[in-house]
Amino acid sequence: MVPNALGRLIPEEIDGKKLKPFMGAHAGHGGGRKAAPPIRAVADYANKLRASLDEAIDACGIKDGMTVSFHHHLRNGDYVMNMVVDKLAEQGLKDLTLVPSALFPVHEPLIKHIENGVISHVEGSMNGPVGRACSLGKMSKTCILRSHGGRYRAIQDGDIKIDVAFIAAPAADHFGNCNGHSGPSACGVMGYALADSLYAEKTVVLTDNLQPFPVFPWVIKGGNVDHVCTVEKLGDPEQIISGTTRITRSPTRQLIAEYAARFVQDIGLLDEPDFTFQSGAGGISLAFLKYLGDIMRETGVVARFARGGSNRYLVDMLEEGLIEYILDGQCFDLVGVRSLRENPRHLETDPFTSYCYHTKGNFAPLVKVGILGATEIDVDFNVNVNTHSDGWLLHGIGGFTDVTDSQITMITAPLLRGRLPVITDSVTTVTAPGEVIDVLVTERGIAVNPAREDILGRLKGSDLPVRTIGELRDMAIGLSGLPEKPDYEDRIVALIEWRDGTVIDTVRQLKVKA
Amino acid sequence: MSDSVQTRAGREGKKGDLAVRLTGKEAGGIEISIESSVGHMFGKQIEKTARETLDSLGIENCEIEINDMGAFDYVIMARIEAAARRLGKIGHPGCLPERKVEYGPPRRERLRRTRLYMPGNNPDLMRNGGLYGADSVILDLEDSVSPGEKDAARILVRNTLLSNDYFDCERIVRINPLSTEYGADDLEMVVPYGVDTILVPKCETAEDVKAVEKIITRLEKKHSLGHEILIMPLIETAKGILNAYEIGAASGRVIALCFGAEDFTADIGAERTKEGTESFAARSMLVLGAKAAGVQVIDTVFSDVQDEEGLVANTKEAMALGFEGKGVIHPAQIAPIHAVFSPAPERIEYARKVVAAIEKARSEGSGVATIGSKMIDAPIETRARKILRLAEALGLLEEENKGSNGKTGGGS
Repeated sequence: MVPNALGRLIPEEIDGKKLKPFMGAHAGHGGGRKAAPPIRAVADYANKLRASLDEAIDACGIKDGMTVSFHHHLRNGDYVMNMVVDKLAEQGLKDLTLVPSALFPVHEPLIKHIENGVISHVEGSMNGPVGRACSLGKMSKTCILRSHGGRYRAIQDGDIKIDVAFIAAPAADHFGNCNGHSGPSACGVMGYALADSLYAEKTVVLTDNLQPFPVFPWVIKGGNVDHVCTVEKLGDPEQIISGTTRITRSPTRQLIAEYAARFVQDIGLLDEPDFTFQSGAGGISLAFLKYLGDIMRETGVVARFARGGSNRYLVDMLEEGLIEYILDGQCFDLVGVRSLRENPRHLETDPFTSYCYHTKGNFAPLVKVGILGATEIDVDFNVNVNTHSDGWLLHGIGGFTDVTDSQITMITAPLLRGRLPVITDSVTTVTAPGEVIDVLVTERGIAVNPAREDILGRLKGSDLPVRTIGELRDMAIGLSGLPEKPDYEDRIVALIEWRDGTVIDTVRQLKVKA
Repeated sequence: MSDSVQTRAGREGKKGDLAVRLTGKEAGGIEISIESSVGHMFGKQIEKTARETLDSLGIENCEIEINDMGAFDYVIMARIEAAARRLGKIGHPGCLPERKVEYGPPRRERLRRTRLYMPGNNPDLMRNGGLYGADSVILDLEDSVSPGEKDAARILVRNTLLSNDYFDCERIVRINPLSTEYGADDLEMVVPYGVDTILVPKCETAEDVKAVEKIITRLEKKHSLGHEILIMPLIETAKGILNAYEIGAASGRVIALCFGAEDFTADIGAERTKEGTESFAARSMLVLGAKAAGVQVIDTVFSDVQDEEGLVANTKEAMALGFEGKGVIHPAQIAPIHAVFSPAPERIEYARKVVAAIEKARSEGSGVATIGSKMIDAPIETRARKILRLAEALGLLEEENKGSNGKTGGGS
């Protein structure tokens, strides 16, 4: 074990793979060459349409120990991942590596395939039930958690070689061109599947909405696709567009959102030209949009762009003229999908252009303020979004670490969730280092990272309740008492990867009392 | 065990609360079992708090089952004490949590534009009440607490006053009327422990105020409080309206008269409407009574939380009648009400001109001040000075000097 730049102990090697310890948020400078998919020829692609999913799978020649990938734009409505893995299990395959861009509660049936050895481990993202299984040590190999940009980088750099990519396409033609704009399973943006299509050995497009050639825009290009097949339904439309996009009704969370919006105003971001921002789809983020919209309307400010997760509140701002462009990574509701399809100022993006660290720049650093949630933050501003304070691995990284490249990264979170304090002396798991986290906004006060003297200076004269993070910690612990630490086994069950492929922290198996 | 007595307290499965089941025993020490949503992190702490609470209540033998949903220690203590009192034989003061916040004495003179009601048996809603910028918070023991929970709520409210910070908010407790079996016990439980003001519901006569004052005075002496607790009568009947002046003048502790529309409309046999036509005369009379007695006057709550436009119109009307504040049932109502009660920049500017003209006239030895051709008489000066005092209290004078662009309140 060696300590990384944050002092967390990282094994030198795991499952036969050498690990690189985290060196600092921007210490990596790339190097080497990108991975490359095999060269194919037109001669072999006269007809890509397979009669069924079984035929498409058979045509891929999947073997034990191979790697299969999926994307998560169908969210909690996704039928495809369970459908495909069930079929792979029926074929008696073992030791597969699963590379989803995210998992949802709907993927709970995967646990039986983890327990019976069909899946050896997950690389990418884990949430809910599958994360719980990982915490209990049910995977035979060590999982790796990556951000959306980190996943793209890992595929591009060859850290993971995808044998077969399965792409759920709400609209596709027989040639393999596809997008998510229309059809019964419309999900809007489909960019998370881009890297898979570019680098996989084989790419299968599944659709429940086969259209005559050409389907346009071809977000995934047919030239990267091996097989196309139809299935009855890709997913449950009501769950594809999840119910998370509602403004919080909790007065405490509304207060946090209001403080966040006033912070943006008080440090003068709205007085600068070309204001830009990114805010997620959680309850506080949506309330933030409401308060920010009110301020922008009052002051006559127009944002050059907002980075989505699109949702109806963001689309309202676009249509009202408060935002010139939405640069969208995923659609959270049907209004987002409709706007993407119809509005030329609503642009579809992918993790290469927006998030990947190993590129000649991406547009995360062009965002002036990124608003994010967190499970824990410590007095050094290190943030945990993966494990709960009791040690359970329950969340993926999503775009979190990529968004921290914003010029100002703001965490909004209740100081106490019930009795649980959000601030600790040292986070259970580090997802992002304190050096990239600038501000914490809670209902009981706002703390600025002392390294950001510029922000502290700009806050002079503001009547917001500015505190040190130590003061907020004392306030929280004073109310809750000091929590006990979880009990762990020795075994490392998951690695948390920083955007550049280094390991920022590990997650241990939980000791569960009988 | 068949002859053992069992009691329960608390609310099962409610966030920030817990359910306690207590079984009295003759011997065998304390047997404790705990289920908690935060057991991994706070299990030991919960057990420690439970044991200490039982110990300080003098209970040496019992079985106690706790089902916790992330309650703070002072809530756990309150629920155990409630269960223990239901078992019997617990005197005052009970088991007091450590006093975490120190406040100055109650202040008569303060803005009371908004008073946020919070149900006194709900720890989760009371916890953050001080964060939303209301001028006052009301921890309610009356209408929001069912008869079977009055005893438990008053212990919880006492512990909340001792442990939970309400910052600059005035801390008001609404007790039950003294005519009920609960009122006197309510006072006994909260007066010594950090309340600023007692809100007395269903006040109909000066005697109602004097009866409350008598008990408060006794408790202040007994606990050597060294400050005077204030009284805010709530007028909710026709009789109370007709006696408004006497009620306002009944005691030096009275600082404001408040109107309660729901009970009032029931009392006169009318339907409550959004426009409030049925209480128009009563509200006007209440303003007259309060002003004659030299105290503040505060309007009822606006019950439709979703209707911000209606709230603003209703508040403007209240202000026009002479009211100085309103009750609030959701934090989202605070900012719109404060905006109504904040003097507009034009009014502040005019008030400044008035005062400047008067001071100039006085310094020149002239008895008559004018702005343009308009003479400024005494009431105009009084009103102008009042506006400037209000503007200063709200920090509006300073902001004008800074040239800031007129933010309204909201947070603390």
